[in-house]
Amino acid sequence: MMQILTVANKEFQDGLRNRWLVSITLIFTVLSLGLTYFGAAASGSIGITSLSTTIASLASLAVFLIPLIALLLSYDSFVGEQESGTLLLLLTYPLSKSQLLLGKFFGQGAIIALAIFLGFGSSALLLYFQMDSSQVIASFALFIFSAVLLGLSFTAIAYLISLSVSEKSKAAGFALITWFFFALAFDLALLALLVGIDSDLGQQGLTQLMMLNPADIFRLVNLSGLDSSDVNGAIAIAINASMSQSQLILSLLAWVAIPLSLAIFILKKKTL
Amino acid sequence: MTTPLISLQNVCKQYQKLHALDSVSMTLNQGEVLGLFGHNGAGKTTMMKLILGVISASSGSVEVMGMAPDSKEAWHTRAKVGYLPENVSFYDQLTGLEVLTYFAKLKGFNKKTAIDLLEQVGISHAMKRQVKTYSKGMRQRLGLAQAFIGKPKLLLLDEPTVGLDPIATRDFYQTVDQLKTQGSSVILCSHVLPGVEQHIDRAMILSGGKLLASGTLAQLRQQADLPVRIKPTGLNGSVNSDPTLSQFLSAGGDKQTLMVPEQEKLAILKQLLSYDSVKDIQVEPANLEQLYQHYLAQPLPLFGGKKSGSKNSGAKKS
Repeated sequence: MMQILTVANKEFQDGLRNRWLVSITLIFTVLSLGLTYFGAAASGSIGITSLSTTIASLASLAVFLIPLIALLLSYDSFVGEQESGTLLLLLTYPLSKSQLLLGKFFGQGAIIALAIFLGFGSSALLLYFQMDSSQVIASFALFIFSAVLLGLSFTAIAYLISLSVSEKSKAAGFALITWFFFALAFDLALLALLVGIDSDLGQQGLTQLMMLNPADIFRLVNLSGLDSSDVNGAIAIAINASMSQSQLILSLLAWVAIPLSLAIFILKKKTL
Repeated sequence: MTTPLISLQNVCKQYQKLHALDSVSMTLNQGEVLGLFGHNGAGKTTMMKLILGVISASSGSVEVMGMAPDSKEAWHTRAKVGYLPENVSFYDQLTGLEVLTYFAKLKGFNKKTAIDLLEQVGISHAMKRQVKTYSKGMRQRLGLAQAFIGKPKLLLLDEPTVGLDPIATRDFYQTVDQLKTQGSSVILCSHVLPGVEQHIDRAMILSGGKLLASGTLAQLRQQADLPVRIKPTGLNGSVNSDPTLSQFLSAGGDKQTLMVPEQEKLAILKQLLSYDSVKDIQVEPANLEQLYQHYLAQPLPLFGGKKSGSKNSGAKKS
């Protein structure tokens, strides 16, 4: 356990020194405050709109940004250390491969989690003072919690990429492709499927397909509680399908645990 | 008799089709310094990785401190092993102190150890600076400090003096000598290190995964039977006219150098001293570099004589 904490602490320190934490937090804060405050600009007024509209816009923002940032933060964790020779060195230390991987995961996960908490928490605070409703806290707690899980899931996916390639530049390329696939292409494909195949694919089937994409699960978690008028696209159909909030959270957790265990497995098999 | 700290028995390591190591045997005793020489791809790094337990041998047995280094039981011995990889660049964003503290903590030591080590390798003035501002030599010192964490019983150093200036190199060898007197064993791995001769007890020469030669420098010199270079001054034409001397004259352009086999050395020296006009005589035995080149130039493995030689030396030790 001490070893894991030591590695986590170093990764966190690295994140602070790279200004990753500061810049991600700043991006999240600016964008989420902007969306919260100017969200109603389209309808001709400035100020805070309804809670559900705000959460819906924040979720659409988060679903693009968080995976991208998590992938960028972690894609070189292993391939980078391999290139600089420190991975070989670390493996000669009394440090097991799973300790190394979990340590990195906790350290970089903490950076993502903290940035999400601070960035989107600022929106929650703003809304709370404007609306003075405890509903805000509950909605945002769920939002932030699921956003952190989304970030962790893509951190684990980034490790998979980082462990499967031998060059940093390749890892960067794969990270971008992965992001493009989960954030954009997957939904387009789903829509095409919906249109192309006559309603053979029921709501249930669609929802099950969406479980293959952590970004979609995140959307489902946050949008299912809202008025459907704020929600567009394939997701609107899936929302009506019966899938409880806890089931969704569990699937999101699985999207953290499975890539992480796979990454540990690959690292254990890896020869240097 | 003590058991050796490291023993390799007929170790082979294959990567797909490449034979990185081919039936190599060696032992290293406590307090011994071994120089491991060979060019790129000779199998030096593979041998180090095997000893470190990062990879496992395809066949043969590796034992370090009485156990297989890639096994679970060997876990706690890892804290007693120091390693400096050939190419390592530490975390650029962190300061030297942060980097070393990280490694020290992983071995169960604290920040205090890290500060002491930075002082020992002479970069304590820069410990609060980010590693990316360090020069090549400073990075190498940081790597060495990392290898010295916890006064290791066994040190494996891959190209330790690359990038070090002469003074830093001298300091480094002093540290090696110091660790040796404290009972640590050291494996120095290199192409050829100038000035390494007086610091190593034994040398091993690897090529293409095979062990070409191993033994003390004196043994290697004897086996190689390289001539001693003798250069008298002040004799002018006398050397050419003396038939016993002139047969040893070097074939090269240098007219005044004699290449004399080891066993004839004293006779020739006496002969030279009998001339009154002699002003000075330089005597140079074959150095490590010449030995190294001699062994590499030999057609591959000269097992007959060489092997019995290394067996003898092994028998003496056990």
